[in-house]
Amino acid sequence: MTGYRTPLGRVRGLGAAKSGVADFITQRVSGAALVILLLWGVYAAVCVARGGYEGATGWLHAPLNATGVVLIIAVAALHMQIGMREIILDYIARPATKAFLLVLNVFIAWGAGVVGVLAVLKVALGGAG
Amino acid sequence: MSESPTTDAAARAADRPLSPHILAWRWHVTMATSILHRLTGAALYVGALILVGWALALASGPDAYDLYAGALGSPLGLIVLIGLSLCLFFHLANGIRHLVWDFGRGFAPKTADATAWLVLAIAVAATVALWAWLLLRGGGA
Repeated sequence: MTGYRTPLGRVRGLGAAKSGVADFITQRVSGAALVILLLWGVYAAVCVARGGYEGATGWLHAPLNATGVVLIIAVAALHMQIGMREIILDYIARPATKAFLLVLNVFIAWGAGVVGVLAVLKVALGGAG
Repeated sequence: MSESPTTDAAARAADRPLSPHILAWRWHVTMATSILHRLTGAALYVGALILVGWALALASGPDAYDLYAGALGSPLGLIVLIGLSLCLFFHLANGIRHLVWDFGRGFAPKTADATAWLVLAIAVAATVALWAWLLLRGGGA
């Protein structure tokens, strides 16, 4: 072996550096959480479906309901970011396009997560009406 | 013994196993559920954004909420919601199937086939049940 190559150059293409498993586990734990959260979420959607603005705000004023919706938005943002990243990494070959989409994915997931949670909190913690 | 980086990388790439193209496979239900898991996941990405839009509309006041709920209750909105509920139930049921696989169970070909059909049946049945429930209670979004 010649000694001119950098350590990075030698290991490039030889596989993961033993850190990829964290997202693998996160994706499964968040998925398990979403199973429970979304079974409740479907029921919640049926409850809120026909109540209009008053019904929806009143429903979100119940702390347990607001907690459930905040958890769904936060955990879904995490789960969908990891999932979409996997899709991008699998199908987008061009480095520049891949990098752009990966960053866009992070921006969308975090943006949607923060906006969604703040919107729910504003309604849940705001005065009646 | 010298190695040039480029030929080294090329040799390494040639050594790696190639994934056969999708058209090389006979169609199979487990393959369909695998593809659908990705497709429904991508659709639910949009679904999550629609949920966030709902929260945003609610936080913006009655007018914005009525506009948003009206759009979701329109024929086009209902088609999207029905489609998303189908995606949700499929992804949820198939996700449980994946979690069982993560514990090393359910890999036998016959079991995997049976659970694939089961997941598809659950997705359709749950979607029909949900919208029957909604309609029997009198109306859409």
